[in-house]
Amino acid sequence: MSEPAFEAVGLTRSYLLESVSVDALRGVDLRIDQGEFVAILGPSGSGKSTLMHLLGCLDRPTSGILRVGGVDVSTLDDTKLAELRNQMIGFVFQSFHLLARTSAIDNVALPLVYRGVSGTERRVRAREALEAVGLGHRLGHRPSQMSGGEQQRVAIARALVGDPKVVLADEPTGNLDTRNGDEVMNLLERLNADSGVAVVLVTHEPEVAARARRQVHVRDGLIERDTRIEGDTR
Amino acid sequence: MRTAEALRMALEALRVNRLRSTLTMLGVIIGVLAVVILVAIGTGAKNAVEKEIAGLGSNIILVVPGQVGLGAAPTQSRLDLSDVAYVRRVVGDPSKVTVAVNSGESVRVGRTEVFATLTGTDENLPNIFDRPLRRGRYLSATDVDTRRRVAILGAEVAGKLFGDVDPIGRQVTIAGVRFRVIGVYETVGSTFGVARDQEVHIPVTTAQRLIGLPRINGIAVGASGPDEIEPLQRRVVAALDARYPDEKFSAVTQTQLLGTIGTVLSMLTGVLAAIAGISLLVGGVGVSNIMLVSVRERTKEIGLRKALGARQRDILGQFLIEAVLLTTIGGLIGILLGVGGALLIQAVSPVPAAITWWSIALAFGVSVAVGVFFGVAPARRAGRLDPVVALRTE
Repeated sequence: MSEPAFEAVGLTRSYLLESVSVDALRGVDLRIDQGEFVAILGPSGSGKSTLMHLLGCLDRPTSGILRVGGVDVSTLDDTKLAELRNQMIGFVFQSFHLLARTSAIDNVALPLVYRGVSGTERRVRAREALEAVGLGHRLGHRPSQMSGGEQQRVAIARALVGDPKVVLADEPTGNLDTRNGDEVMNLLERLNADSGVAVVLVTHEPEVAARARRQVHVRDGLIERDTRIEGDTR
Repeated sequence: MRTAEALRMALEALRVNRLRSTLTMLGVIIGVLAVVILVAIGTGAKNAVEKEIAGLGSNIILVVPGQVGLGAAPTQSRLDLSDVAYVRRVVGDPSKVTVAVNSGESVRVGRTEVFATLTGTDENLPNIFDRPLRRGRYLSATDVDTRRRVAILGAEVAGKLFGDVDPIGRQVTIAGVRFRVIGVYETVGSTFGVARDQEVHIPVTTAQRLIGLPRINGIAVGASGPDEIEPLQRRVVAALDARYPDEKFSAVTQTQLLGTIGTVLSMLTGVLAAIAGISLLVGGVGVSNIMLVSVRERTKEIGLRKALGARQRDILGQFLIEAVLLTTIGGLIGILLGVGGALLIQAVSPVPAAITWWSIALAFGVSVAVGVFFGVAPARRAGRLDPVVALRTE
């Protein structure tokens, strides 16, 4: 593998809360290679969400260097950053974030809209993505007509439709029962193994994190521990 | 993102909130409707007046004693028939000059009596005014020279006095004197509230004797072409001013009447359109308001779209197109209803209405512009939302 998916050096992020500066991240060094399956763990307030927002290019670091797919994000304006998100990153959120009155296939096709892909091609690719998550029979259904597990699988299809380098999943099982949560995790594992897309999970559930081959523990804005599961036979 | 895509998305968003979209559009619809209808009525009124003036005949100059204008005191006429002869010499073509002596008189046939405008005039009247005859003949030079007691009746007078009977050759009594009917005019309608179908024309000489005064009320001169009107008008007034140095004379032409009345009516139309335009503006504020609500409601959606790669201009475009679509669809509906309303008013009431292309184009243009103007602020707000904050919003 050539470029790392993410490379962070001395990453900090501080917020102004009522004119008091709060340091959410205080110097994070992290390298995630393509094809990895990483869990970022930490208690709430540890800075793991901030780290995920930075990795997802939804936010910019206060200082330090962040390269996404080899591109230094500090050199990009908002428009270029949006294009980078569109090309490199697929998001999976805890609460799915599907457009309520839009069919599964159109929800999945949404990232391609912002890439300027034609309507016909969008539908073809969205259908393929939905079939890949086992929802080929649900193309025209709306989110309200599907179970939580199915909705999250639609969201995963949406994250994958644009062939990203990384899928960033923020508590993907947080709103699901154990069985559906397992199914979603199986799906993410399979996609990681089959297509080589890197998966970065943010979670506070040890059982979920245990499915990853690498665990990054964040506490008080710093990386506390970075462990790789032995016997990684990838 | 393509424009067609953005348009489809905006339509979808409006369709989803159908009731709200309709109510928001209503402001624009009413504004555009009002502009189109009011302008149509204003223009219709102007056209009607212009038609009345043009219906008199063409290239007419009316010479009256005193000053013509709003608030000017009516002047006692000092003109008499010698002045008409004088004006004839000034003009050069005697057949293009005629005269009027006016008086309100009752006209009677047997027990039937109507009130009519008695006008003493001469054989040159049809050379200048557009007064087609239905039956009989015009006044002749001999009628005037010999003070014949002959009369031409306006269509309404003839109808009231004689009904379906042919009045030619019959007797009418005007102010106690018996006249023989020699002609009946066609229906011509009224000009400035002067019901010309209620006129009775008799020789000017006969009229002067009947009224008992040697005066005349005015002289009408016909110019040979539109370019001739102004010089001729100046020549006649100058000649009369020279003859009566301590008097004032005025000459009004149709063009001036048209100009003055046209200006007043155009201003009136403009004021009406402006008032209607204000309601369009209020409609625009409504659009702005609803778009702000919509942006707030859809904050999470905006955050998601941004996470998926929507650029600031994609989001801005999406909301701006929604706002413009709202006002444009509203504008189109308003135009349709306005045109329909104007036609309906025309059909069921005596108010004339004329639909003008400029008012439709203007109303349409303004509704699009209102959408852009009032949509920009909410759309910019949407475009600038921080995706992290937007995604977190519940």
